[in-house]
Amino acid sequence: MAKTTTLTFALMDAPFESARTTTAMRLLDIATRRGYEVNVFAYEGAVMLPFALQKGHLNLAHGNDAEQENHPLPKDWIDALIRQAEAHGGHLRWVNCGLCVDERGAGEAIEGIKTGTPADFWQMASTSDNTLVIPTQ
Amino acid sequence: MSDYLILQTVEPSNSGALGRSLGLAAGLAQRGHRVTVFLAQNAVLSARRAARDVGLTDAIEAGVQLLADDFSLRERGIAVDQIRPGIVPSPLESVIDRLAAGAKTLWH
Repeated sequence: MAKTTTLTFALMDAPFESARTTTAMRLLDIATRRGYEVNVFAYEGAVMLPFALQKGHLNLAHGNDAEQENHPLPKDWIDALIRQAEAHGGHLRWVNCGLCVDERGAGEAIEGIKTGTPADFWQMASTSDNTLVIPTQ
Repeated sequence: MSDYLILQTVEPSNSGALGRSLGLAAGLAQRGHRVTVFLAQNAVLSARRAARDVGLTDAIEAGVQLLADDFSLRERGIAVDQIRPGIVPSPLESVIDRLAAGAKTLWH
């Protein structure tokens, strides 16, 4: 049986702020479609990406209600990626930095998100084929 | 010999990061390593023929493979014929390919 590829990603950017988050999600999409084992360690503002209380909103300037606006929410992207990984025979394991969660009151994450420490990132990286750190700028 | 992948996302007029990354890439290539620089997001603006050359030509001449994210190019309305020779439009899959192959990867 062929060895499964395992990749680890470290994310640091908060949602709704940077194109790096979009690119990171695109990378996760590709890796999960391939059935890879994918680890994510979310640090600093990135722990807000799977925050369960994110809400779409209306847009009065465009005359759209919340449904028409269909505001993209990172928590929904992450939930979809977790499901996609499993559908393709892999897993997406997402660990939020616990101290970063506490600082931001971000404990209410969507199902499947774990809380850990940078030691989890070290463990993920040391057992992966490769690791990509996507820093803030 | 090692494989290196350097991702650059910042437009050069906002930062000197691209020039520094290209210098690093060229230096690694001159030492015999296989080096790919992948331009994404606003960094693809530097791929245009009309953009100021902050080290792209030197990197290409040193043997660095230069790729530009095709999605980022389309987002910014940059057509293939507007791109500097030596820079190849590429899907983001090429980043995952290199990660999976074990390339030493730096996102700058």
